[in-house]
Amino acid sequence: MDPITAFVAVLTVFVIAMFLGFEVITKVPPVLHTPLMSGSNAVSGITVVGALLVTGHPTAWYVTALGVIAIVFAMINVAGGFAVTQRMLQMFKRKG
Amino acid sequence: MTMTAIQAGHGAAEAAGIHHPGIVNLIYLVAAVCFIWTFKLLAHPRTAVRGNLLGMLGMALAIGITLMDRGITSYTLIAVGLILGAGAGLFMALTVPMTSMPQMVGVLNGFGGGASFLVAWAELLRVAGAAPGPGLQFMVATALSGIIGGVTFSGSAVAADKLQEWLLPSKPIWFPRQQLINAALAAVVAVLAWLLITHPTWTAIYFLLVVLSLVLGVLLVIPIGGADMPVVICLLNSYSGLAAAATGFVLNNNMLVIAGSLVGASGLILTKIMCKAMNRSMTNVVFGRFGGDTSGPSADDVYRTVKASSPEEVAMLFDNAQRVVIIPGYGMAVSQCQHAVRDLTNLLESKGVEVLFGIHPVAGRMPGHMNVLLAEANIAYDKMKEMDEVNSLLEQTDVAIVLGANDTVNPIARTDPKSPIAGMPIIDADKARTVVVIKRSLSPGFAGIPNPLFAADNCLMLFGDGKKALVDLIAAVKEG
Repeated sequence: MDPITAFVAVLTVFVIAMFLGFEVITKVPPVLHTPLMSGSNAVSGITVVGALLVTGHPTAWYVTALGVIAIVFAMINVAGGFAVTQRMLQMFKRKG
Repeated sequence: MTMTAIQAGHGAAEAAGIHHPGIVNLIYLVAAVCFIWTFKLLAHPRTAVRGNLLGMLGMALAIGITLMDRGITSYTLIAVGLILGAGAGLFMALTVPMTSMPQMVGVLNGFGGGASFLVAWAELLRVAGAAPGPGLQFMVATALSGIIGGVTFSGSAVAADKLQEWLLPSKPIWFPRQQLINAALAAVVAVLAWLLITHPTWTAIYFLLVVLSLVLGVLLVIPIGGADMPVVICLLNSYSGLAAAATGFVLNNNMLVIAGSLVGASGLILTKIMCKAMNRSMTNVVFGRFGGDTSGPSADDVYRTVKASSPEEVAMLFDNAQRVVIIPGYGMAVSQCQHAVRDLTNLLESKGVEVLFGIHPVAGRMPGHMNVLLAEANIAYDKMKEMDEVNSLLEQTDVAIVLGANDTVNPIARTDPKSPIAGMPIIDADKARTVVVIKRSLSPGFAGIPNPLFAADNCLMLFGDGKKALVDLIAAVKEG
């Protein structure tokens, strides 16, 4: 596939996902806006996927080093984000 | 296009079984759908826990299938990274007090941005030397990851630090020619990005680009004051998502693009809600100077008729009350009195009084800050009312208790078009039959202007620390 066609394909996914995001997230009530932010922190930790591939493949040592730091950063987001969101949502679940 | 750049680069994916790039991308699609459901189920507190669990499942699937990539030759460093990161993240998540949630989200925004610029950097170093070399999409996305990721990383560090009041004060830091310096720095960053895109092998430029973006992040956030933090935290939240989406363009990975844009959209929506609740534009919040306007009436004139009250006098107000509305502000977080609020609520409810909470969108230091604190104290979410709903009830309310809030209940926003908060939607506490303001002193809020509500005929001031005042009030109600 030529580069321009490939780019437009990813761009299409980006634009549609932005619209989908606006539709879905507008329905989140203000009561849950803090868990929304911490939950989205966890989801943005998805960059860990790129970090894993960079670190695991044989390459120069400094590239591997950048990859390991990226894994640590992204995993702080993934684990910290999901765990703290769970902690908050449990509090909302208790009553009401 | 379906192969990730890395797989293509290494030629690692032999088309067989679970290692087939099509299968890998199918699992990535399942993960992306999980993330969409995570946000969809956040539409109600009852389903939100399920949504979060679904998000964890999606993440586990994505990480699991990635670890099965045949090109991965060593798992030692991966394991070290995963354990260190997950350990640090869990420790933070399980120990952070609910009052510090804005700082926590700030720190997480920063690590998200950091991970994005690091992944893009590693990819650039890996691909730049190899044939056939990176394409235009790769280079533009790499430059964007570096800029957005860098600004998010350092901007979030400054924001979290200001919220914690650790090294930097929460008040704005201004210096001469600030906007000019920022604009010049942004121009240099843009030139560097252009140089990098046109000369992919000059990888040192990326390093310079990230360093300057880090400086820019610091300079953009230091002039922003405490009460404007909700906007900044939301904006950085959005950037951390957009940085992840940019990394998705670097790796040609649709799942990263989808997850990143969901987060980007979420942050933008919250930013818009916060700006609307302050009746200010985003440009004004980020670049404008706010507060300290002394052209209005002086505090001495406004506060001539202030009535200081006692817990006993306030307790008597509840005797014949049918509805009490509590309006919390950042002061509730500072004095950590949410549990005392719950005790007062339970006591009043046992006397047959209806107790509701009126929550302004920008109360506290991040969206939903007050709701989380009240939920921590076990107050049911259906008692927490949004501004418009509570405003329709305040005229039929016997007592409104303003707890550590100021600008969000200042009626001058409705009446004085020259005031810095003119036109800002407020909670109409002044319309209740009686207003009780629990506050340490008559010091102004973030807008730096006096609040005529405190001197209104129907207003009683209960001076003191929030927690102590509530404990005294509870004792007085019990005796009375």
